[in-house]
Amino acid sequence: MRALLLAALLALTPVAASAVQPDEVLKDPALEGRAREISKDLRCLVCQNQSIDDSNAPLARDLRVLVRERLTAGDSNQQVLSFVTDRYGDYVLLRPPFKATTLFLWIGPFVILAIGGVATALYLRGRKGAAVAAGGDTAPLTEDERRRLDALLRKDKA
Amino acid sequence: MRRLIYLLPLLLFVGVGVAFLRGFDRDPRDIPSALIDKPAPEFALPPLPGHKEGLSNATLKGDVTLVNVFASWCIPCKAEHPIITRLAREQGVTVRGINHKDKAEDAIAWLNRNGDPYASIGVDLDGRVSIDWGVYGVPETFLLDRQGRIRFKHVGPLTPQVVEEQILPMVKHLRSAS
Repeated sequence: MRALLLAALLALTPVAASAVQPDEVLKDPALEGRAREISKDLRCLVCQNQSIDDSNAPLARDLRVLVRERLTAGDSNQQVLSFVTDRYGDYVLLRPPFKATTLFLWIGPFVILAIGGVATALYLRGRKGAAVAAGGDTAPLTEDERRRLDALLRKDKA
Repeated sequence: MRRLIYLLPLLLFVGVGVAFLRGFDRDPRDIPSALIDKPAPEFALPPLPGHKEGLSNATLKGDVTLVNVFASWCIPCKAEHPIITRLAREQGVTVRGINHKDKAEDAIAWLNRNGDPYASIGVDLDGRVSIDWGVYGVPETFLLDRQGRIRFKHVGPLTPQVVEEQILPMVKHLRSAS
């Protein structure tokens, strides 16, 4: 039973399989490593939410081969990426670049967080101010209140 | 005045809702081309066997040209084929083809069966030139001005609506402009 369960679990384990075929792999491991790194950042335009490293689409394969060709020709990683974005635009980059048109994308969450923080601070300060003005929360206990409190605490201990 | 602040979440929600609703109308497959208003990439493609002329940058200059990327194995290409044929024969638009990753005999048989409206066809066997054009899904159609600059791109099969509302007005504009 345990073995069966284990087998079932193993069968269900998601495997991070790459779509790179053996005939695409470069002989130089350093170059191949760079190719894999670049491929992971490039979107497959046919399936859109996979990188070309993950996708089995023919276009993804063509682009993987192209990336390796450019690297073998001596391009830097950045040159390979701009080679592809020159043809397909920034959309192929799974990591959007930081520039004027994507400013809101990158800065937006922090701006919203800051607005929320300021609003919370203002609200809390307003509440404290109101409490002080009312004088209720900070006034010392009267003799009567102290006796009742002591009685309650004793009852709690017993 | 202070009460208005309680309306803020509602307004925010409506704003986000409208933004999402508009997102439904957008086709996520419709990716803006990086090549609009840029000259067509440098390329030279051989003709199909038995045809005289292939396709290269030189062929694309001089007239407003529609460049259509097609393949015999591509079903939507067949659907748009009559529309492209009408554009060439009835509207007098120069249409040239890029035959994408196709077997020559299949492409020729396909053209014999469905008609050949193309002024010339370049054979892109390995799809490399298509990558230079930023093609990611056949069929794709580009409209080029007389200087050979890409001015418009449509991904997927052409429809009568795209032709009427976008391509024909653009052809007219480009012809009168230069």
